[in-house]
Parts: sequence; structure tokens; C-alpha cells
Amino acid sequence: MPTFFEKKQLVTPGELLAEGDYVAGENTYMEGNKIYASRIGLVDCDNKNVTLVALRAFYVPKVGDMVIGTVLEVGFNGWTINIEAPYTALLRASEVLSRPFKPQNDELSQVLNAGDLIVAKIASYDRAHDPQLTVGEPGLGKITRGQITKVTPTKIPRVIGRKGSMISMIKQETGCQIILGLNGVILVTGKNPEDEELAMMAIRKIDEESHTSGLTDRITQLLKEEKLKREEKKNE
Amino acid sequence: MSEKPEKLIDKKGLRLDGRKADELRPLKIEVGVFSNADGSAYIEHGKNKILAAVFGPKEMHPKHLSLPDRMVLRCRYHMAPFSVQERKSPAPSRREVELSKVIRESLEPAVFVDLYPRSGIDIYVEVLQADGGTRCASITAAALAIADAGIPMRDLVVACAAGKIDDKVVLDLMDTEDKVGVADVPVAFMPNLNAVTLLQMDGVLTPEEFENAVNLAIEGCKKIYVMQKEALKTKYMNVKAEAEE
Repeated sequence: MPTFFEKKQLVTPGELLAEGDYVAGENTYMEGNKIYASRIGLVDCDNKNVTLVALRAFYVPKVGDMVIGTVLEVGFNGWTINIEAPYTALLRASEVLSRPFKPQNDELSQVLNAGDLIVAKIASYDRAHDPQLTVGEPGLGKITRGQITKVTPTKIPRVIGRKGSMISMIKQETGCQIILGLNGVILVTGKNPEDEELAMMAIRKIDEESHTSGLTDRITQLLKEEKLKREEKKNE
Repeated sequence: MSEKPEKLIDKKGLRLDGRKADELRPLKIEVGVFSNADGSAYIEHGKNKILAAVFGPKEMHPKHLSLPDRMVLRCRYHMAPFSVQERKSPAPSRREVELSKVIRESLEPAVFVDLYPRSGIDIYVEVLQADGGTRCASITAAALAIADAGIPMRDLVVACAAGKIDDKVVLDLMDTEDKVGVADVPVAFMPNLNAVTLLQMDGVLTPEEFENAVNLAIEGCKKIYVMQKEALKTKYMNVKAEAEE
């Protein structure tokens, strides 16, 4: 019952990963008693469980996930939201108004209009139905300031880092507030646009180089260098 | 092109471009060539130059085309007006419509279509320069573009043709060999699962010759598969090498 890979090896779809008494984890599949990769990524085996961290993937809604989305359309009793997934999400008007929605006295486009950004949680989703969103918790709702950037959704854990080491480092170095949508959309709010730019640059670099080692140190260094450069410019 | 050559294989057993019977044309494959598409790939197979790009999975438009139990694949194979000797009308021809279908159907078994019902992906194949065997090169490139888009797949799909010229079964026909030769057998193949997803034949072959041609084409596929995998990995290896310097 062997495995056919080294830890953290880069594999392509269809590559044979293990044979025999193993469990097919994320981004792998089983055919007979063989486990194959189904995406490009890095494999790992933990206690007979073969998992693959995908380098390329898209977001699939999961109940309870916090996501950042764009309002696509204002409907009769709610909004349709683009959450960068294969399906568009629905946000009901009664969710946002926190009282029964009456079409005669409420104008929905004054609450949220097409193009507005929102932070929301997935309330329900299954194969047969489009995801429904909720904003009924603190910290959720319309985004009023800041900038957004997008990364591959599977790389969000890398942006957070081990026990949040990466994200807290970026927050500290740039003084920005960062909200991570699990759909790969990231909101950065800082005191000025330059700080936001800096944080976004770091995040984009993580997205590109997520599969390399010693990343946190490199990002720290990058941020420090950039900060110095900017200060020199100011002093000139 | 000048007139038809009399002989496609010379006395030494070499073909018009100096290849041996079981030799592939030179290949160059690149992945992730576009930033706007979700996945993309570029292939140079001999004189063929082909781009493939993938969008999705996303909601199907128009919505009535979506299926309640699976993802829908849409494919457009298109030849640029300057891809052939005589200007080709950019409007989709009968042949292009057929090849779009053939490419889609050879890729579909590789994609986990049942995981994302009601969604769809769009595959665009642009032939910039054609020299025989574009359907095979297109399938190889499109499979890479799908993998690059992060769409779960059972295996990469590789395609390669074999055929008969001057009473001899040979691998990977180019344009002249295809036109003047006796038969052409394109095969698309999933190497790890040992499964054929496309098998066509144009021309006349005896059952033995047909079997030889299929086996030869599959051998060719396996050779291309190595390069295909390498191309997919290279994209990430380069980043890694640069970053860890």
C-alpha cells in the first residue's frame, strides 16, 4: 500500500497519488483502490488521508463562510450578488431591513444599489439551490470605504498564515484593517490609500508565491523595504 | 503549396520533413498565457500554432441551457483568416462546427461535470497557424487550459494522430501527408486512466493497419503527455525558483 509522492510535491490532474488503504481527501478522487489528483497543487498525506492544496481553484459556497460580493441587480424583494463563485447569491430584503419588507414603502435601490460591495455570510446553499446570504451579524453589511483585491480562494489560508502570523504581520506593518472573504475577495481599509496599496501589494505577492517556502520572512522584508522607499520619496 | 509530391517517404525511410515513421514534430507548450481568462494555454505542434482559453465555471447564459444535474461544456474551435494558405472566411465553417463538437466531447469525460450542476464553462480554441492535426493539438492545449482554470479533472487529455502514407503507418501527420496520404486516425487519450476519449478515422485501412495506427497514436500521446505535464508544472516552478533565490 504505497504512496507515490513526496511531501509537498507538485502534482498535475490525473497523477497517481496512492494505492490501497488510503482516504481520498480534498482535490483528489478514488477509482478502484487508487487515489488520483484532480487539480494542480501540492500533495500531503496525514494519517492515511491524502489531501491536495490546489494552486488553481475557484470558490464553492459553504454555509457559514464569510464572503465579499458585489450587487449585480436590484430585484423585487432582494438583491442578486456576485460572490465570484459558479453561482450568483441571493440576499433577501427582509435580511437587510431587519423588519418585514413592504414593497410600497421601501425602495431597495436606496439601501443597496448595483455595484455596491457587501460583506456577508452564506446562510444556505445546496446543489439544487443558489446560495442565500445573510448580513444579520456584527461586522457584516455594506462596505463604505477601503479597496478590494482578489486572490485564488484556496490561498486564503496562506494569507492568514500559521496561527494568523502572516495577516497580523501585514496589519501591523501597514496599519490597515483587512477583511478576508473566503471567496478570495479581500477588503483592505487603511488611514490613507498608500497604506492600502502596500498591503494589497503584499497580498498579491502571497497569491503568486503561495507554494514557496520562507514566504512570511520575504513579505516582511518586502514591506519594510517599500516603506523605507516611500519615506525617502516623501523627504525629497 | 506547390504540386503534390510523388513520394511521401524517401528511400532512406524519411518523410518530407526528415522525420522517421514514429517521430513526433517538435512541440512547445506554455500554460497561463492570458491574464483575463480563468485558464489558458498555447501550443506549437510543428507548424501548428494554437491558443486555448477557458472561462468558468460560471452561471450558464442563456439560463435555459443549464442542466440541473451537471455542468455544461461549451467549446468554440476557430481558425484565424491567416491560419491557412488561402484566406479563410472568419465565419464558422461546417468543419469548425464539427471540430468544436469533437473537441468538447473528447474533453468532457475528463472533467468532473457532475460536481457543479447548473453551471457552465466556455472553451475557446483559436488556430493561428494550421499545418495538419489541429484538432489533436487543440485538445492537448484545451485540456491544459481547463487544468489551469482550476477545474477538477480525472486526468489531462492528450491527443495525437497516426496515419498511413505510401503504404506505411506513421505517427503525427502534417498537412501534406494528411492530404496526399491514404488515411488519418486522430486519437485522444487519458494516459493515467488508460482511456481513449476520441477515435476517428478518415481514409481506408485494413483492420491490422488500423490497430497499428491506434497503438502508434497512443504511444505518441504518451510522449506528448510528458511535455504537457511539464508545461503545467513549469509555470509554478519558475515562480518558485525566482522567489527562493
